Amino acid sequence: MSYIPIADQKDEMHDPHSFIAKYVWSMDHKVIAIQYGTIAVAVGLVALALSALMRLQLGYPDTFAFIDPAEYYQYVTMHGMIMVVYLLTALFLGGFGNYLIPLQIGARDMVFPFLNMLSVWVYLLSVIILMASFFVSGGPTGAGWTLYPPQAITEGTPGADMGIILMLASLAVFIVAFTMGGLNYVTTVLQARTHGMTLMRMPLSVWGIFVATILGLFAFPALFVSAIMMSFDKLLGTSFFMPAMVSIGETLDHTGGSPVLFQHLFWFFGHPEVYIVALPAFGLVSDVLSCHARKNIFGYRMMVWAIVAIGGLSFIVWAHHMYVSGMNPYFGFFFAFTTLIIAVPTAIKVYNWVLTLWEGNIRLTVPMLFACGFIFTFLHGGLTGIFLGNVTVDLPLSDTYFVIAHFHMVMGVSPVMVLFASIYHWFPKMSGKMFNVTLGKIHFWATFFGTYAIYLPMHYLGFLGVPRRYYSMGTTEFLPESANTLNANITMAAIWVAVFQLVFIFNIIWSLWKGKKCDGNPWEATSLEWQTPENPPAHGNWGPELPTVYRWAYEYSVPGVKADFVPQNIAPEDVETTDGKPYIGHED
Amino acid sequence: MSFFKSIFEKPWNYQGDDPNFGGSEIAQGLHPKRIALRMFLAVVFVIFMLFIVAYFIRMELDDWSPMPESNLLWVNSLLLFICSVIMQWTRGAAKKGGAQSVKYGMVAAGIFTLAFVYGQVSAWEEMNNAGYYLASNPANSFFYVLTGLHGLHILGGLWVWTRSTFKVLSGAEVKAVKLSVELCSVYWHFLLLVWLVIFALLSYT
Repeated sequence: MSYIPIADQKDEMHDPHSFIAKYVWSMDHKVIAIQYGTIAVAVGLVALALSALMRLQLGYPDTFAFIDPAEYYQYVTMHGMIMVVYLLTALFLGGFGNYLIPLQIGARDMVFPFLNMLSVWVYLLSVIILMASFFVSGGPTGAGWTLYPPQAITEGTPGADMGIILMLASLAVFIVAFTMGGLNYVTTVLQARTHGMTLMRMPLSVWGIFVATILGLFAFPALFVSAIMMSFDKLLGTSFFMPAMVSIGETLDHTGGSPVLFQHLFWFFGHPEVYIVALPAFGLVSDVLSCHARKNIFGYRMMVWAIVAIGGLSFIVWAHHMYVSGMNPYFGFFFAFTTLIIAVPTAIKVYNWVLTLWEGNIRLTVPMLFACGFIFTFLHGGLTGIFLGNVTVDLPLSDTYFVIAHFHMVMGVSPVMVLFASIYHWFPKMSGKMFNVTLGKIHFWATFFGTYAIYLPMHYLGFLGVPRRYYSMGTTEFLPESANTLNANITMAAIWVAVFQLVFIFNIIWSLWKGKKCDGNPWEATSLEWQTPENPPAHGNWGPELPTVYRWAYEYSVPGVKADFVPQNIAPEDVETTDGKPYIGHED
Repeated sequence: MSFFKSIFEKPWNYQGDDPNFGGSEIAQGLHPKRIALRMFLAVVFVIFMLFIVAYFIRMELDDWSPMPESNLLWVNSLLLFICSVIMQWTRGAAKKGGAQSVKYGMVAAGIFTLAFVYGQVSAWEEMNNAGYYLASNPANSFFYVLTGLHGLHILGGLWVWTRSTFKVLSGAEVKAVKLSVELCSVYWHFLLLVWLVIFALLSYT
């Protein structure tokens, strides 16, 4: 037997009956995925609101009395941390990872369903701990999302009492939740693939999620280790990171610790984290593009190798976040070199997406619009990344809006474009209903143009030297008045984008309630999740028998076949051909 | 390596219609729990490795003054080594199906593990009484953090051990616990290795 029967055993099933077992304490990967997604989107909306508050302060300084400098820094910190860790990581891996891995590899569930359930509840716990920091005395931490010591735990920084402790605790708990989920995803991909599903027949979504999970398993420990050591410094007075220092006229007990050590540990997590978010996005967007362009993905093997190569390289570039920490020039040279090398596999991926569209039979559906939007924003953010990867360019730009613009294009807008593409693409599978297309298109165009209106001017402000991290500019001689006007414009655009996200929320809720029912494969896609007997898939996914896979997931517009797609699980003799001969595929 | 072989496959070509083609070819014969444990051990390895890297970096700074060595740690190392040996023996017994030996082996391994934990706590007390407090020097901080983290992993292992031992004692068939005995033994060997590395690090620096 060349497959592991665990996925095929009826007695592994745990059919739930009561409402609570079905939707609350559920061990079904699909329910867990939606729980992960709902929590992530909810906490993401908090972070979105925080960014709107920040923008109000930046665009109209001295107007909003209720935002003082301390609060502003708290907004910045919480916005960053929530978006990167609690929204993007959780939604891509906990949400789409959970939903798509078993369905796309033809398994009944994750291999450890109980651990999976535990993962989502521990994740919820981490979110609750994080949100609790809004309500403790001193408020949440305002140390910036990178939490650099010594200021993160020194008096004078907002939230240096309870806020930072809750933040570190929440991160540690999140890492435990992620590890439980991550072990599950990796083992499931390795172990529970159905008959005929070789590694190279897996859709790129699974590849992206698989490699990102491995990155996460090895990168999050660095954050875990630094969170432990920083908690010791804060609570027990050790000096891992805390240097000897005088704070507000008082000599602290700490002795010669190394804040730079923290930076190394943090970024050893922090840089792979970028790819923990990006790789699933790469995978998901590849599947969306291929399906809606009715063409096989261009260079499938290259796409897989690029994912693996980017994953490997992401562990040796971390210090490019630390060019301004005063490092040895040779050290900076090494990291600039590795950073620029990453551009190669990444560029291969971008070319392949564009070439997938080339001469495709493109259907401009809502998911396709978002996927194309992703190519624009990612290319844009990626190119400015090449600027900042060079030490000499990074040094003057590092503390300006240019970095904000680069980072938000590449790590903010583009993954979010993929998230929207994926939510719209898989919504009919998850709910059995179709969303409202007009509202979806309004959402896309408003978001696409809106985010450009926010971030494009920021590049220019960055070149002017407008500093980031400032609560307000005050009177700054080298900045023309127009810089402030532009900042006000950016704020208007930000509010616009934020408001139009409500269209999305409304569309989802309204469609769940009143949406038109749709059949199981509305996009005429080939991968396994669209071939389930029920829509949305029932518990156990496949009915009595697991599907058998005969080909890869990209058999679109094949010459000689009547339909323009051949699902992975249709036996060659059942494929209708134009000449009536049996369909056996092709040779290159 | 079949992994590398398989990523050179050309999936767009016709590959024959053998329905059993592919499947989980790289993981064949490994129970999912075995894979998950190995992945978990890799994660734990990374955690300890990062602490050790941090240790070396922090050691270079001026305020570092090494701790004296406690002889108790040699005794503890011996205890943990004995645990590992017993675990290995129990694993062999479980393979052969000797229910009685598995019982004795699991209980004995647990007792020695608890003795190790007790020994480690005593070493902490000894250091604390001699004035080497957690916060008084970074070398001390690392000593407490590394031994503490290792101890927590031992306690985590003991939780799994409790479940399997309870099963063995309540008369479950050896077949039903064979896998968990095997996984326990792998985990114990791993923690022994980690401990030896930590011990060497603490002794020689």
